[in-house]
Amino acid sequence: MTEIKKLTNGEVEELTKLSNKLKEKCLAMIHNAKSGHPGGNLSALDLMLVLYKHIMNQCCEWDCSPEWDKRDRFVLSKGHASAALYCVLAECEYFGEDELMTFRKLGTRLQGHPGCNCAPGVEIPSGSLGQGLSMANGIALSLKLDKNPAKVFIMLGDGELQEGQVWEAAMSAAHYRLNNVIAIIDRNRLQIDGCTEDVKALEPLADKWRAFGWQVLEINGHDYGQIYGAYREAINISNEKTAPVVIIANTIKGKGVSFMEHNAGWHGKPTKQEEFIKAVEELRGKC
Amino acid sequence: MLTDNKAVSSLRQAYGETLVELGEENKNIVVLDADLACSTQTIRFQKAYPERFFNMGIAEQDAVGTAAGLAYSGKTAFFSTFAVFASGRAWDQVRCSVAHPNLNVKIVATHGGVTVGEDGASHQALEDISLMRSLPNMKVIIPADSVETRAVIRYVARTKGPFYVRLTRPNMPEIFNAKDYDFKPEARVLVPGKDLTIATYGETVVEALKCAEMLKEKGISAEVINVPVIKPLDESTIIESVKKTGVIMTVENHSVIGGLGSAVCETLSEKLPLPVRRVGVRDEFGQSGEYSELMKKYGLVAEKFMDDALALVEIKKKQL
Ligand SMILES: Cc1ncc(C[n+]2csc(CCOP(=O)(O)OP(=O)(O)O)c2C)c(N)n1
Repeated sequence: MTEIKKLTNGEVEELTKLSNKLKEKCLAMIHNAKSGHPGGNLSALDLMLVLYKHIMNQCCEWDCSPEWDKRDRFVLSKGHASAALYCVLAECEYFGEDELMTFRKLGTRLQGHPGCNCAPGVEIPSGSLGQGLSMANGIALSLKLDKNPAKVFIMLGDGELQEGQVWEAAMSAAHYRLNNVIAIIDRNRLQIDGCTEDVKALEPLADKWRAFGWQVLEINGHDYGQIYGAYREAINISNEKTAPVVIIANTIKGKGVSFMEHNAGWHGKPTKQEEFIKAVEELRGKC
Repeated sequence: MLTDNKAVSSLRQAYGETLVELGEENKNIVVLDADLACSTQTIRFQKAYPERFFNMGIAEQDAVGTAAGLAYSGKTAFFSTFAVFASGRAWDQVRCSVAHPNLNVKIVATHGGVTVGEDGASHQALEDISLMRSLPNMKVIIPADSVETRAVIRYVARTKGPFYVRLTRPNMPEIFNAKDYDFKPEARVLVPGKDLTIATYGETVVEALKCAEMLKEKGISAEVINVPVIKPLDESTIIESVKKTGVIMTVENHSVIGGLGSAVCETLSEKLPLPVRRVGVRDEFGQSGEYSELMKKYGLVAEKFMDDALALVEIKKKQL
């Protein structure tokens, strides 16, 4: 197998700073909109950040450059993590940072859940859980027909895996040998009504994916070295094997803000003023 | 029947509380949810009768099928989630597993219409009434306030067969007087009038009442009818009103395709072909925004649809 490159200490330090900055931005957007999903944005952000900063072939001249077709695709199936996606896209200069504060306001391109005619960088609409993997498979099939070597990265929530369509799509990806699909599961172990294992158990999760014909990697989804390593390994696997790859990333819902961490109550409510100030102080203390 | 108490209250809470009362009275009642028990307020039933509550996780199709199996075996099964998922995601399951076998499944769907607000298009059910209304055996009811909600939930619990009940997300002003409000599956004239009929349901009832007041100042007398039961439609009340007024406007937090507006057109075109104006969302998806802004944007407030009312009265004058 190809040797896997590692992040340097400097790169890890930079990601740590950037992550805290973007987490603050995410929370500011939700606070300003008086609505949104703090928990699942904070758990997913590190995974998206490393993907966009160090892994994906990108093209931020959206839909207007000859290079556009070569871009790797990112599908956000758990559409309620839109704030994190928009922050990362603005960081990568798909659109200006100023626009972030229009999040969820009337007339904005930054819809509550990624919509159509949405901000540049957003591939497909989502928000109704469970539909992303099928669309990612369709994109992957089309890339193969066109002999386009781009990869399709697709992020799912863990609660989202309770939707039957996800498993229909898991079967399709294995059946059609979609080795250009790399799925990422934000395994924060919480959904809205509590722990996934109490609401409707997912375990043994890795075994399920293996049984469906997928290559499985498991990591800590907040450890930049591990995230980077897993993406590189997934790309190697996808270049060498005919199976799709899934990365089960163990994460913390509400990561970075102590009173939000591991707390399902922070799934879908905005911060009050004092809470927002406290969260910002905590995140800044970490920079 | 109308109240002037000016209180504002939650329809969802009224639903959850009524479920708990019904659970005590009838041990045959079971409740299912799909990871939204707090939002839909079925959590109240879960706390009171954990053994008769089933959280199916984020799996609406599975939940509808399971509710059907429970109902087939003699239970009265309530299932709740957001309107967009209950009606859309699980439509074929509702059609084949619930409506066709005519089972005792009560779908109580919350967060209907554009008033979902900031979550945007993916979460705003603007087609649910249309989707549910077209299914044989399915009955469709949308209460306007918490008083009507309690009565409707009791009514569907004691009436055999499948129902789709849509509740709104925001708290609503109380319209009906809890002391003497008695739900019957019919349309009711709230304000009598003679120049035009305004038929509506749910969140726009208060707006229609406001509009009637504003029209009165312009010397126009509007008859306001509350039509909580979209199916089966109380045709005689509507026909009787339109015979008197000559024109009708429908107002709804729903697409103009397939909702009350369509139901009224279907009835009148066959039985009393007179001008109809449909106020609602015009064949487009919703979007993010604060809910009161969205009500304005989509023309669902009195100030906006008053113009439609005036235009309709003009049409009538020209025809005379
Ligand atoms: C089909 C569908 N059903 C229900 C919802 C409402 N909903 C939004 S987020 C969510 C919980 C998601 O849990 P998970 O996938 O674990 O996401 P995370 O914990 O990472 O936020 C639910 C039930 C939805 N958006 N789509």
